[in-house]
Amino acid sequence: MTRRLLVVGLALVFAASYAAAQVGTQSGADKRRSGYQDMGEALQKMQDDDTANPGMLFVQLGGQLWVKATGAADKSCADCHGAAAASMKGVAVRYPAIPSGGDLPVDLGGRINLCRTEHQKVDRLPPENRDLLALAAYVAHQSRGLPIAPPEDPRLEVFRQQGAEIYRRRQGQLNLSCAICHDDNAGRKLAGIAIPEAHPTGYPIYRLEWQALGSLKRRLRNCLVGIRAEAWPLDAPEYTALELYLMERARGMKLETPAVRP
Amino acid sequence: MSNILVNAPKTARRGAVIEIKALILHPMETGFRPGPNGRLIPRNIIERFTATWNGTEIFAMDMSSAIAANPFVSFFAEANESGTVVLRWTGDEGFAVEERVAIAVE
Repeated sequence: MTRRLLVVGLALVFAASYAAAQVGTQSGADKRRSGYQDMGEALQKMQDDDTANPGMLFVQLGGQLWVKATGAADKSCADCHGAAAASMKGVAVRYPAIPSGGDLPVDLGGRINLCRTEHQKVDRLPPENRDLLALAAYVAHQSRGLPIAPPEDPRLEVFRQQGAEIYRRRQGQLNLSCAICHDDNAGRKLAGIAIPEAHPTGYPIYRLEWQALGSLKRRLRNCLVGIRAEAWPLDAPEYTALELYLMERARGMKLETPAVRP
Repeated sequence: MSNILVNAPKTARRGAVIEIKALILHPMETGFRPGPNGRLIPRNIIERFTATWNGTEIFAMDMSSAIAANPFVSFFAEANESGTVVLRWTGDEGFAVEERVAIAVE
C-alpha cells in the first residue's frame, strides 16, 4: 500500500514538474532585456520615482507646452488633440510611421514638427531642441507601460529592411556593426560598462552622462562616434530606418518613457 | 516658467522626522566650458537653495559649478507645527523661484 502511494506521489511530482516546465517554456520564451534590468538598483529606483526621475521635469515642461498656443495659427496642441492622456495614449508605441499624405516614415519628433508647420504655422524645432524633446517625452509618457506595437503598414517594410541592413553592416575605423555588440555580446562588458541589448524602450531618455534629455538619434550618434564611424547628418533617413528596425525588434516590450540611463 | 518636482508628505505626526525631496530643471552651466565660438559660456548656476517652515529656516545649501544640471536635493526636518514649507532657489542671471508645500501636522 505504501509502495503504491509512493508511485502515485512520484507520478504527481513528475506531472507537476512537467507542467511547470511547459509553463516555463511559454513565459520564458521572451529573453529580451530592457536596459532598465541591467542598470543598478539606485538608478532603477530613480526612474521609478516620478519625483526623482529628472525626465519627469521634461514631461512636466511638455505638458505646459501642450496647452500653449503658438505660431501664426495661434493654436496649441490641445486645441486639436484635447487632453493628451486620452488622445496620445498608445501613439508613441507605434512610431516611426508614415504620416497621411506622406511617403517617408517620420519619428515622433518629426511628427510633432509636421504638426507645427502644417497646423500651427510655425517653424520646425531643430533636432535635440529642449522643447521638442519635452513634447516628445510628454506624448510618449502617455503610453508608459504599453507594449511597443509597430504598425502593420507594408510601406514600412522596405525602410525596416534598410534599418536591419545598417544594424548588421560593419562601419567605422573599429569596423564594428551594431549587431556585434548588441546581439553577439550583449550582457558582457565593454570598458567596464554593461552592453545593453539596445531596445529603444524609454526614449527620449534622461542620460546622466548628458545631464539632459536626449533622443534615440543622439544615442545612435554616440554609438557611431564610439565605433569611430562618421555620424550621419541630423536629418538623415538612416536614423529613422534604424529606429524602425529597433522598434520591430523590441515589439511587445513595455515603453518606459522617460527612462533614466547611466 | 519653472519646472519643479517636490516630494513631501502631506501629513505628518507631531515630532516625526520627515524627508523632503526637490528636483528642479536648471542647466547649471559651469562657466568653464567654451561655446561653439571658442569663448567661454557665461556661468549660469543656482547659487543657493533654502527651505523655511512657517518662516523659520530649516535647511540651506550653497551650490557650486560642480553640481550637476537639474539638481536633486533631499533633506530631513522635524514636523512640529502645521504650515507651509517654502523652497527657494536663487542664482545667476536673476534666477529666483519658489515652491510652496503645505504639510499638516497631527
